[in-house]
Amino acid sequence: MQPLLECKNVCYSYHTPSGETPALSDISFQARDGEFVVIVGPSGCGKSTLLSLICNLTRPESGEILVNGRSVDQHEEFHIGYMPQRDQLFEWRNIYGNITLGLEIQRCMTEENLKFAEKMMREYGLWEFRHVKPSQLSGGMRQRAALIRTLVLRPSLLLLDEPFSALDYQTRLFVADDIYHIIKKEHKTAVLVTHDLGEAVSMADKIIVLSNRPAGVVATVEVYMEMENRTPMKSRNAPEFKEYFNRIWKELNTYAQEG
Amino acid sequence: MRRRDNKMQVAGISRRQQEYLKQRSRHRRFVKMMRILLLFGFLVLWETAVRFGWIDGFIFSSPGRIAGTFMGMVEDGSIFRHMGATLFETVASFLLVVVTGLLCAVLLWCSDKLSEILEPYLVVLNSLPKSALAPLLIVWLGANRSTIIVAGMSVAIFGTILNLYTGFREVSQDKMKLIYTLGGSRRHVLTKVVLPSTVPATISIMKVNIGLCLVGVVIGEFIGARCGLGYLIIYGSQVFKLDWVLMSIVILCVIAMGLYAAIGAAEKQYSKRL
Repeated sequence: MQPLLECKNVCYSYHTPSGETPALSDISFQARDGEFVVIVGPSGCGKSTLLSLICNLTRPESGEILVNGRSVDQHEEFHIGYMPQRDQLFEWRNIYGNITLGLEIQRCMTEENLKFAEKMMREYGLWEFRHVKPSQLSGGMRQRAALIRTLVLRPSLLLLDEPFSALDYQTRLFVADDIYHIIKKEHKTAVLVTHDLGEAVSMADKIIVLSNRPAGVVATVEVYMEMENRTPMKSRNAPEFKEYFNRIWKELNTYAQEG
Repeated sequence: MRRRDNKMQVAGISRRQQEYLKQRSRHRRFVKMMRILLLFGFLVLWETAVRFGWIDGFIFSSPGRIAGTFMGMVEDGSIFRHMGATLFETVASFLLVVVTGLLCAVLLWCSDKLSEILEPYLVVLNSLPKSALAPLLIVWLGANRSTIIVAGMSVAIFGTILNLYTGFREVSQDKMKLIYTLGGSRRHVLTKVVLPSTVPATISIMKVNIGLCLVGVVIGEFIGARCGLGYLIIYGSQVFKLDWVLMSIVILCVIAMGLYAAIGAAEKQYSKRL
């Protein structure tokens, strides 16, 4: 079966007047339809750059990135949703205005799409807050609004760039559960970037471990937990959690120091 | 507004809090009273100094003479002509500064190359004393109203462009990135992020500008006008009618305060809407 996302030998370097810094070297991995892929690596190794490449904000210097078998720069319609590090909700718009921002930009404020946005807002408890400013919502609800903002555009692939890093620990666990639940319920394929191993193991179907800069793939670990209705919170209590955690920890420490 | 809130809450708050609030309002009352007293004391001192001949009323004028002159000019209506002229020119140059300033700042934002090329010129033009341009403008554009409006603009425009552009540049990269990930273009970044997010900064730049425009207009009127408060000041000093001069200065103070307050009100209105 064709993978939904395929990165093939992707390389990328930063250029500054003082020289060239290789950031990504020969990155290859795949994500199946509906799979939750987590990319972990030491801070500053180029994880976020990789996401920028996948959603076609920058072009790789070599290698290619395919979504549904086609290169990302050849897709005309919107198909990749991106959830930024902080929610980046606009304070000068209410929640409704924030969630429909993408539709507005894509010039597809059709009745059908607005109905869909309304359905999503109702389903995930944001409808009653639609006239409220972002600052009046809790951190968790803001994150939810940020996710719905991308989901109303019906992306086939969802990228999450350390979406929980700005939250305090308790909210973080709660929001991770919440976001995971929504993504699975909407049957989305997701690529999440994080440096938090616990978060990675608790959410991932597959973990890609990156090395220090220039980042390369040092291991690909399929995560399987024996349980029904898996959630990140339940995964943290599963007996397999510690095993996976230690394994990823070891991989990171063996390779991260090199290079 | 706030004071009314405090009063409404009195029933449900502790004695310490009540004391604190009372002390606060006492402090505020004191400051307000001292302000009024200072002005009043100054006026009384001025008036008595002239009456008792400590200073020459012909040169230093006096509150009474100023009020008398003002009433006289109100009766023949000439004061309204002068005030109207200055006010009109100031508001006109201010609005033109807002429009051209925003357009130029957007243009600079749109083209990094252009802004890099123009930056040193803008900096020089901004730090140039604009009163130096006024005589030139009179020669080039003639002694008429549009010259004075241009003089008013010249004082504020370069600072406005620079400050607005700096404000545009400070918009967070992450917010701009978000627009791109939603499939937007640079035009969307401008209309959905840059312009709305810099509204508060723009208003505070405008607050400074309205005063600068008034300065420019008065300079323009000094040199090439037939009416307006600036004209009245220059003409009054030439014919030794210092009552006119001081009255005009007092009126300018009031106008400056009024214009500033008007923009302050607009700012409040905006933040209330937010």
